Amino acid sequence: MIRALALILACQLAGEAGSRALSLPVPGPVLGMALLWALMVAAPPVADLVRPVGEGILRHLSLLFVPAGVGVVGHAATLGPQALGLAVAIVASTVLAIAAGAGAFVLVARLTGSRDD
Amino acid sequence: MTDFAEIWSYLAQGPLVWLTLTLIAYVIGDLIAETAHRAPLANPVLIAVILLALMLWATGTPYPVYFEGAQFVHFLLGPATVALAVPLHAQGARLRRAVLPVLAGVATGSVVAITSALLIARALGVEAATLAALAPKSTTAPVAIGIAQGLGGSPTLAAVLVILTGITGALVATPLLNALGFRDWRARGLSVGTAAHGIGTARAFQVHPTAGAFAGIGMGLNAILTALLAPVVLRVVVG
Repeated sequence: MIRALALILACQLAGEAGSRALSLPVPGPVLGMALLWALMVAAPPVADLVRPVGEGILRHLSLLFVPAGVGVVGHAATLGPQALGLAVAIVASTVLAIAAGAGAFVLVARLTGSRDD
Repeated sequence: MTDFAEIWSYLAQGPLVWLTLTLIAYVIGDLIAETAHRAPLANPVLIAVILLALMLWATGTPYPVYFEGAQFVHFLLGPATVALAVPLHAQGARLRRAVLPVLAGVATGSVVAITSALLIARALGVEAATLAALAPKSTTAPVAIGIAQGLGGSPTLAAVLVILTGITGALVATPLLNALGFRDWRARGLSVGTAAHGIGTARAFQVHPTAGAFAGIGMGLNAILTALLAPVVLRVVVG
């Protein structure tokens, strides 16, 4: 477990360093994800090592957003007169984006014959 | 016997109290969600956040004091993002068969999220400086903060709008996608991860493993895409 954790943190560290050094628009952890994925593809033992720990962290992904969420409660009150406009924009745009994203996927999947099986 | 106030003031100085309470609040939220058969409104994040906000309010604890304990949980967001490589790898074959639909889904979701949010907010009288913090709201928090700062928006406001977007996405996704008749788990997950980043992805993992993996892909790709698109769309809308 410690080896897997060390590898995950090392990938994040490499990602953060790479993103900073090359001033990429991609955030460090996302770069780290790509790196870990490449390692898993290149070396199957790495995949076996990381799998249980990775699945363990992701099983409770929701928990990790709680501290930031608590911070939002205090700030929501400071949005002032713009709060209503922002709330409507967030709800409407999220609904539209989910519908449009799923629609585009299904449309292109049908055109290219990409089936899920 | 030492009285409660004294013990409390001693414990409240260290990170243990709020770290423990964060986990307990989440366990309660998760139990309620389970009892409610994972109904979208019984979102464990939402329940835990409400419980903790009430506790902070009742004990008069400022957020920075709370965060000293909660930061250990918050820190794991980075490693969790890296760990998304695991489902990505497990779904590799499935992903290779769906490269074009994935790219179309993420690109469409990303453009619609940024453009519609900015147009609606502007129509409702939201100021230009606030629009800069709103533009990247569908991406994961660290990315959104970086983008918002680059555009001249407030990083704190950007983080708030990101979290609100994530919770909105996690709440509306299931009923919305059911109503629209989308049954493909890949499309359902991808669209939610694109529109509502990690909180949407967490919800997708609760519903179906394939949806979770594709949500992770949507989240990762949209982080890159939003960094490129948000400045352009903002310039056009505010321009």
